Order: sequence, then structure tokens, then C-alpha cells
Amino acid sequence: MTKSTLSRAIGFALAATLCSAPALAEELTGTLKKIKDSGTIVLGHRDSSIPFSYFGSDPQQPEGYSHDLQLKAVEAIKQKLGMPDLKVRYNLVTSQTRIPLVQNGTVDLECGSTTNNVERQQQVDFSVGIFEVGTRLLTKTTSGVADFPDLKGKNVVTTAGTTSERLLKAMNAEKKMGMNIISAKDHGESFLMLESGRAVAFMMDDALLAGEMAKAKKPADWHVVGTPQSYEIYGCMVRKGDPAFKAVVDDALVATFKSGEVNAIYDKWFLKPVPPKGLNLNFPMSDELKKLIANPTDKAAEQI
Amino acid sequence: MNYNWDWGVFFKSTGIGSEIYLDWFVTGLGWTIAIALTGWLIALALGSLLGVMRTVPNRWISGIATCYVEVFRNVPLLVQLFLWYFLVPDLLPEPLEMWFKQDLSPATSAFISVVVCLGLFTAARVCEQVRTGIQALPKGQLAAGYALGFRLPQIYRDVLLPQAFRIIIPPLTSEFLNIFKNSSVASLIGLMELLAQTKQTAEFSANLFEAFTLATLIYFTLNMSLMLLMRLVEKKVAVPGLISVGGK
Amino acid sequence: MDFSAIVPALPGLWNGMLMTLQLMVLGVLGGVVLGTLLAMARLSHNRLLANAAATYVNYFRSIPLLLVITWFYFAVPFILRWITGEDTPVGAFTSCLVAFVMFEAAYFCEIVRAGIQAIPKGQMGAAQALGMSYGQTMRLIILPQAFRKMTPLLLQQSIILFQDTSLVYTVGLMDFLNAARSRGDILGQPHEFLIFAGLVYFTISFAASQLVKLLQKRLAV
Repeated sequence: MTKSTLSRAIGFALAATLCSAPALAEELTGTLKKIKDSGTIVLGHRDSSIPFSYFGSDPQQPEGYSHDLQLKAVEAIKQKLGMPDLKVRYNLVTSQTRIPLVQNGTVDLECGSTTNNVERQQQVDFSVGIFEVGTRLLTKTTSGVADFPDLKGKNVVTTAGTTSERLLKAMNAEKKMGMNIISAKDHGESFLMLESGRAVAFMMDDALLAGEMAKAKKPADWHVVGTPQSYEIYGCMVRKGDPAFKAVVDDALVATFKSGEVNAIYDKWFLKPVPPKGLNLNFPMSDELKKLIANPTDKAAEQI
Repeated sequence: MNYNWDWGVFFKSTGIGSEIYLDWFVTGLGWTIAIALTGWLIALALGSLLGVMRTVPNRWISGIATCYVEVFRNVPLLVQLFLWYFLVPDLLPEPLEMWFKQDLSPATSAFISVVVCLGLFTAARVCEQVRTGIQALPKGQLAAGYALGFRLPQIYRDVLLPQAFRIIIPPLTSEFLNIFKNSSVASLIGLMELLAQTKQTAEFSANLFEAFTLATLIYFTLNMSLMLLMRLVEKKVAVPGLISVGGK
Repeated sequence: MDFSAIVPALPGLWNGMLMTLQLMVLGVLGGVVLGTLLAMARLSHNRLLANAAATYVNYFRSIPLLLVITWFYFAVPFILRWITGEDTPVGAFTSCLVAFVMFEAAYFCEIVRAGIQAIPKGQMGAAQALGMSYGQTMRLIILPQAFRKMTPLLLQQSIILFQDTSLVYTVGLMDFLNAARSRGDILGQPHEFLIFAGLVYFTISFAASQLVKLLQKRLAV
């Protein structure tokens, strides 16, 4: 038995003992019942959150770091419900649509690049954190922009519906910076605005910026700069007030963290070439993320 | 059902500067009207010209106008918008491209793209209405004009067009209303018009139903008032003895 | 510009086209059925029914399709949950389809109404003199003739809907335009894929509208 299969087996065993034993007796409710009844789980995913959840090599099949973790949760759900043939349906979400879609029952589990914050906790529940980012800037190496104060009076792009959009708009109003803020529909479009010269900088989560850079025509022309305006923890979203379902997802993620399997997944997406262009993001694991993996929590960064 | 109704949401602070959500709707409506009116001016001018071109007795001229209409009617508006916004600026000469992308504010450059796009798109439709209007006039008018010694441009300017415009007011009205509705595509290139502001309100406040209800009410009221206004205009300028052409 | 990346992407784009065509065909079918019912309601002697149908039509004709799509996308699952009391999985496709059917019905209603009104009034009287009920008259006498007359208009409206399905881009449904855009974005060639999408839409719409013109001539006899 290789190390990874061993750890996977332990992970499964752990997940299985953690959640299935007491569950057999109780009646299924909420999302678990919905999944059991319909025989289908609907997974929310992104199309351009590189390398978390995006269409890389196959335009029908999402892939990425968050997607791999999402599949871990699906495995646990299959076990829990005793449904090895559970059907998986994918539903593309954007930054603007992801929360309403989880709320309104379209999507059962969303794993992409969604920040867990107090405000969103009013609307949905989050799994234990799966990643930690800082919000920074992507800009041309020759742009002369080194930090946020350099953006005065400039065109800056960010993605609509993200925490960065709010931070940027609030900063603009408070510090009277006179920035022109463009809110693009998704990260791909934001980067298009940046690359085509409509904006001098793109504010977003640093890991996503690294992902966009890997897509550029000349990746060496770009760099990530600036003091992080916030540190944020990504989580998977589930419907609010469904502790049974959340527990299955949490346990599966924690088992993946404890078994060390998460390291292999991390390496695959951040330290090795990724589709579609086969570029390496070279984004080593931050100390914050190491801490998060050692001590899993479903709290937002500002609550810790 | 975990949805919290709150109709007072429009008077709450957005958390950005001192704005309340209602301010966003007012700004959005302003953009919507600005886009529609500017686009309409382009559409009316270009559409009339093309409409005339389609009816003149010259194969080349009418052929060009026909091509224009076919191209602009058979490509989806959204594709046209993306072409104008993402592709066309890249084809401009370098200094002009940089001016368009960097010196102009993003709202202005998006506004220019969307206004040109809607203007050219709607011109193809206006063209067809103008052509129908001209062709609906009795053929003898052209001959009579010639007999009186008018030249062709004079006949169009003084005889045909004034009548044609008056009888095509109903279908023109519906195109005019369409341009207001179509202006909502501007939300997809980041211009904060009414629909974009609605989406932003829905997302910032989490009061989805209230935001969209207000937006539909605004569009509905706008549409109804414009329609009533155009009915008045139509009555004022109706040509006695000629019925209007085209649908309602 | 380098269009070579489009060839390997064709299978994905074809899937997008299938979705576009499905949306259009189902949207037209649903829209015509609902639109015909609305038209009959508008023409009925029951004032309440006629007014309700007229309000429906005016309402949907005064708001943008893009707004309807966005709104329904978020609202349909909520509304279904109110009705059924439980979570019903509704995908983007279903929400968009409902939006198209309800929106297009308002436009189809007006086409059908004009078609029915173009049938000489005497026919209704004649049929009823023969002892047919209102429903029978509509089904057997009026509607078959009306549909024959309005087929070109219905087809033209369908071509418009074919183009308008591209608006589902806003909710991230992978129709033809979105498939092309998404592929172009990932490969860093947005322009090439956009131009290709435009050419495909043009070819299909143009060919279809020429066919409709031919049909119009034949039906006009």
C-alpha cells in the first residue's frame, strides 16, 4: 500500500466513523434528504477561478483545488447515504449568483473561491476553511504601481460581487482617491480589462491573481503587489441551518486535512503545471494556510 | 423559507460613502435614459439615411443599405456589444486606443461603446420602417415631383420623407421603447445603468425581491409614460386620409 | 489573429449550440401555447379575463428580457419552494426557459391575436349557426386559418428568440455564445472566438430569415 492510498483509507475510515454511525438511526432532513430523494447532488462551480474551480482542459468539466476538495465531500455524502451511484450535476455560478443560488436551493454545495465573512454568514453556512488569501493587486511590472496609494485617479478593475469590490469602493469613498472602478462579470473578464489596458491594476485575492497571471500571453510581464487589504478564508457554501449536511462536508474536509492528502492536492494545483496552458503558478503554501489546515475552523478570518 | 422581506431597504445606507440604495436606482435610471436617447439619435439619423438609400432607384446604393440591414439584424445584440466593447478598441490606431482605454473614464468608454452599438443595431430596424413608410406612399407622388421639375433629393426632402415619418410613428415608437429596454445590455460591460444597479443592490443588501420589484416598476412606468407621450405626438401629426402603417 | 484554436474547441461549442437550439425550440413551443391562450383570453367577452391578459402582455412588453432572465434565475426556485414547500432542484436551464416562455408569450399573444382578428367575423357566426361551441369554432375553424396566416410572423419572432437566447450569458448558462466566450477566455483568444460566434449566429439567422421570406411568398397566394 502506497502512502497516499493508506492515508486515503484512513481518511475514509475516519470520515465514515465520524458521521455514519449516529446517522443511521436518525431520519434524513434538509439537503441530505433532497439528495437522497432526487438521487442527484448539484455542485456549484466557477468557470474562471484558476486554479480553484474552472474549465481547464475540458469545457464541460470543472477542475481545480476547490473542486478536488468538493469531490472529497461528495465521496463522504455517497458513503453517508449509501448511494455509490449518486449522480453529480454541475451548476456554473458567478461571484454575483453564487449566494442566491445556494439560498434558493439550486446548488447544494458550492466550492470555488468564496470568502467566508460575517455578512455572508447571515445568508449561508460555510464549511471549515479550505484556503486563506490576502487581497492584493495584479499589475504590469512597468506600470509604476507598487501599492494601493499609487492607484489615485487611475482605472482599477475588480470582479463584481467579490469582497474586493466592496473594499475597493469603500476605500475610494473614504480616502477620496478618485479611482475609476470597473466591476467586471468574472475574473476572466477582469483580467481581459487589465491585459487590454483598460485598467492599470486588478484587485483580487492573491492566489486568484497568480492563476490569472498563468493565463497571460506573457506571464513575466505581470506581478502581484501591494499590502493585503484583508486576509480572507475561503469556505464551501451550504444552505443555512442544515447542520447535518454541513457536518458531512466538514468531516470529509477535516479528514482530508488530517490525512495530509490536502498537501498532494495543493501541490497539484499550485506547484505543478496546470491546464490549459501548462503553466506553474509557483505559489507555495502560506503559513496562514498551514495553520488553517492544522486547526480547521468554519469561522471567518475576522472572527479569529 | 429563509427570506427576510424589508421594503425599507431602499432608504438604508449602502455602506459606501453616504449613499442610500435609492440613490443607486436614480443614478442607474439616469444612465439608462442617457444611453437610450443618445443611441436613438444615432439610430434615427442613420436609419433614415439607410431607409432612403433602400428606396432610391440605384442598385448599388440600395444594395449597400440592404447588406447593412441583414448584417445588423442577424447578429445577436450581445455579440455586437462585445465586438464594439472588446474588439473594436483594439483595432484603433495606438494613440487613439490608449486615449479610449486610459484617458477616458471606464464609464465613458463603456457608454460610447454601448451607444454606438445600440445606435447601429436600431438603425437597421428604423431603416426598414422608413422604407415601408416611403413605399406606402402613392407612387404618383414621385412622378408628380419630377413633373414639377424637382430633383430627386428635393422630392425626398420636401415630399416623401415628411409624409413617411408621420405615418410610421407607431412602429417607430415601438423601436424607441425597445432601445430603452435594450439599453439593459450595458450592465454586461460594467456600465452601472438601471439593471446593473438593481443587481448590485440585490447583492449588497441581500433583498433580492424588493430590488427587482422596484426595477420592473421603474421600467414599466418609464415605458407607459413614453408610450402615452408618443400617442399624443402621433395624434398631433397624423396625416389626414392616410392610415398608419406597421403594427401597433 | 489565429483561428486555429477553434477547431479543437468545436465539440464544446457544438454542445453550446445544442443548448441554444433547445432553449429556442422549447421557448417557441411554450411561448406559442401560452401566447395562444393569452390571445383567446384577450379576445374573450369576459372582461376580467381580457383585462388580466392585457395587463400580462403590457407588463412583459415593457420590461427588458435581460431583467426577466436575471430575476427569474433567482426567483423561480424560491417561488417553487413556496408552492411545493420543499427544495426542488431547478437548474439555470429551467429558470431561463421559464423566463423565455413567459416573456415570449406576451409577444406571441399579439401575433396570434392579430391573426385571429384577421379572420372575417362572419365565420364565427356561421360556425355557431351550425351549432358549434366557442371552443370548437376556435379549434376547428378560426385557429387553423389564423396560424396559416401568421406562420411567417411566428417564424420571424422565433429567429429573434434564437438571437436573444444569447442573453443567458448573464446567468452563466453554457449556451453557444457563453461556450465560445469561456473557451476564448481560458485560451487567451477572446477576439477570435467572439468573431467566430458572430459569424455562426449570422449564418444561421440569415439563412433562416431568407427561408421565411420564401415561405411568406408561397403562403401569400
